[in-house]
Amino acid sequence: MATVARSIPDPAALRRRGRLNAGDALLYGITLAAALSALVLLILIAREIVADAWPAMKEFGFGFLTSRTWEPTADVYGAATFLFGTALTSFAALLLAAPISIAIALFLTELAPRWLRGPVGALVEMLASVPSVVLGLWGILVMGPWIVDHVGPFLHRMLGWTPFFKTEPAAGPSILSAILILTIMMVPIISSICRELFLNVPRDLKEGALALGATRWELVRGVIFPYARAGIAAAMILGLGRAVGEAIAVTQVIGNNEAITWNLFDPGDTLASRIASLYQGATTKLQVSSLVYLAVILLAFSLVVNLLARVIVHRVGQRHANA
Amino acid sequence: MQHIEVAEPASSAAVRRETVFRIENLSAYYGKAAAIRDVSFDIYGKTITAIIGPSGCGKSTFIRCLNRMNDVVPSFRSDGKILFHEVDLQGKDVDPVSVRRRIGMVFQRPNPFPKSIFDNVAYGLRILGMKDNLEGRVEHALKRAALWDEVSDRLKDSALALSGGQQQRLCIARAIAIEPDVILLDEPASALDPIATASIEDLMHELKEDYTIVIVTHNMQQAARVANMTAFFSISGGEDGSRHGVLVEYDDTEKIFTNPSEKRTEDYVTGRFG
Amino acid sequence: MSDTALTTRTLTSEHRTRRRIVNWVMEGLATVAALAAVALLVIVVGSVAKRGAGALDVDFFTKTPSFLGGFGDQRSGIANAIVGTFLIVGLAVLMALPVGVLAAIYLNEFAPKRVSSAMTVAFDVLNGVPAIVIGIFVFVFIVAGHGQAGIKGAFALAILMLPLVTRSTQEVLALVPDAMREASLALGAPRWRTTLNVVLPMAVGGIITGATLATARVAGETAPLLFTTSLAANTVSWNPTEPLASIPMFIFTSAEQADPSLQEQAWGAALVLITFVLIASIVARTFGLRSRRRLTGGR
Repeated sequence: MATVARSIPDPAALRRRGRLNAGDALLYGITLAAALSALVLLILIAREIVADAWPAMKEFGFGFLTSRTWEPTADVYGAATFLFGTALTSFAALLLAAPISIAIALFLTELAPRWLRGPVGALVEMLASVPSVVLGLWGILVMGPWIVDHVGPFLHRMLGWTPFFKTEPAAGPSILSAILILTIMMVPIISSICRELFLNVPRDLKEGALALGATRWELVRGVIFPYARAGIAAAMILGLGRAVGEAIAVTQVIGNNEAITWNLFDPGDTLASRIASLYQGATTKLQVSSLVYLAVILLAFSLVVNLLARVIVHRVGQRHANA
Repeated sequence: MQHIEVAEPASSAAVRRETVFRIENLSAYYGKAAAIRDVSFDIYGKTITAIIGPSGCGKSTFIRCLNRMNDVVPSFRSDGKILFHEVDLQGKDVDPVSVRRRIGMVFQRPNPFPKSIFDNVAYGLRILGMKDNLEGRVEHALKRAALWDEVSDRLKDSALALSGGQQQRLCIARAIAIEPDVILLDEPASALDPIATASIEDLMHELKEDYTIVIVTHNMQQAARVANMTAFFSISGGEDGSRHGVLVEYDDTEKIFTNPSEKRTEDYVTGRFG
Repeated sequence: MSDTALTTRTLTSEHRTRRRIVNWVMEGLATVAALAAVALLVIVVGSVAKRGAGALDVDFFTKTPSFLGGFGDQRSGIANAIVGTFLIVGLAVLMALPVGVLAAIYLNEFAPKRVSSAMTVAFDVLNGVPAIVIGIFVFVFIVAGHGQAGIKGAFALAILMLPLVTRSTQEVLALVPDAMREASLALGAPRWRTTLNVVLPMAVGGIITGATLATARVAGETAPLLFTTSLAANTVSWNPTEPLASIPMFIFTSAEQADPSLQEQAWGAALVLITFVLIASIVARTFGLRSRRRLTGGR
């Protein structure tokens, strides 16, 4: 059979032309640039919005965070009302969402028959893919009136002695609507993270408890929760971050009111919803700058939330790896 | 180097053959741990050289040094020389990509691309710009790999539809299509059934006429059946309690299996350990 | 709960009954929670479908908003919003997809593990930045003083998409078996050839799936558009250098109107939007599962 003649390799042919193959260098360079894009964007975002917020930051300083005055006519601005609103709505929503999400996650990992887990899990996830503007639309036109008619009077009757339900529920936007909408948005996020966590609890830990005759609830309380404790905390922090940043659905249902109030039936405002409400144009440069100042606060918060959650997850990963 | 044809099978060590690889004091490390230390021997052209030894003795690490495949592991480094026709393959200015074009490799688990049979064999040819008479080259490679008769009517079918033995022969065809000088085989039949294994072994006898073949195998009988020369690696302990591979003995296959010089070799080939 | 506590507890039978009741209650609560979530989804989607279906006629899809009718009788269409969303989302994909895929290639194929983990953090952090902040950033960066434009809104959406595309592409690339890369390298192919001729073709299915899911996500976003492309004319425009209408913005502005016929338009647009988002998600996920199975189970 004829074979192609092969000469003893010429040493020069084996030698490199330059450190890296040209094609490799090109692809490496392009992909590296792309990989740095996120970092570049983050730096750019921070720099640009701080720069534009600077006039307001210089004018009001940290007093911006404690001043309740948001008066365009006097060109004086302060974020305290919105900080309060953000805190109230997000924490209240977290209070509601956390147990519900954990319960759903437990249902999907421990309780439900296998054939049910996939479909139900998918449906819960689908709740997350409903656009926030649609949720807000539903909130104003369907949920809001329903609450005023059915839930509000009951709450006012039972809990009217608390500062939260002092007045009769009135038609229109309310903090309560915002809290409920935020709860709906947080639940899929927190429950999907918790699902992952619960699935990763080592089987032998669970079997050990079951072998001792523990009921499912005791298994959850005694084994799963302690093991997944930190992860659950991280999930809640991430859910909180999402709630704090939500602008559209909240601005649609909350009413953009500029007073600090504990009464959930009153309209209110949050940082994000105030920003969204001014999209049609601000009147003065200082107002625009104050608007961007609000965005700076939001950005700072989201960074803290993200890093905090990562630190928790990282620390837990270490502990479980060393166990 | 003089070039003298050797009649097979190799019997006496006094016959001079062309040296293709001269390995001098080769040591290889993953991070701080040594995988092999101080390996030195020559590999001759147009012969089949088997590397045998117990698991963990560094056989795979060694063979992957020959075509710079260990470069893909970030913690890898090596000392010593591997002279391939008098070019040190580990030299700073040697391009691993060019090395692999002349020194091909077939892996333990057949790894054809999820493409057609034809495209698998043509892959190397297209990349290297050997596109003239593509069909002819593909057919030639498949014939040399003893696969042509079985696939000539379905070259466009997916390679993944072939049996394990066929896939491995396809990988061999893919490797020889680009006309390397050397073919390295890292336990090529260990994932195959006995019939497929036999077909691979027959194939190697034929390929030896045109290529230098180095084969790692944990199957001593296979080495005895197939190889002209055999290198026996084993595990040694270091002063610090670490374990690494060393070359214990290298000789004609016949001698290794019937009358080895080293006791450790004798223990291994007679099955007393390993 | 310590082991001894568990064992002593199992001994008394009245304890056993109480534990069983507690367990039963808890299981009930968990089931109720899950059912409530599913019910909520059905209610929301159901509301949208019921209230929006009436608005969907041919005119709805082909005409643009006109406020010539009286109160309660607005005849409106979302043709300009449909075209606008198509353009804005399309441009966003064109911007984000290449960058995301290339970034994922670097992170998975070229970067050493430690570097890759560190750089991925930036993408995760970017993912957590609220959409309204990104909208404000783009406003401050290229809109203030220059005017709104559809393409600027697309840029904001692209920033939102980038971490999603990068993450999903990374996951797919990691699924491509190393044996394939080895086989290619052993034939003397340089890294770039291996990536382009072997790895990417195998990952293409998963990349498309991830991109589709990311697109479905950002198509429904309103906040990034508020300050970048919200003040659009009521005519169909194919020019991305002008502010363009969009379905989310249409819903947003129509929702706060008191006029019920406008509200019906909003429901109609919402129906169109969630139909698109849900169908795209389902299709992407089913194809994604299939191509994932082929990558991992095919050998």
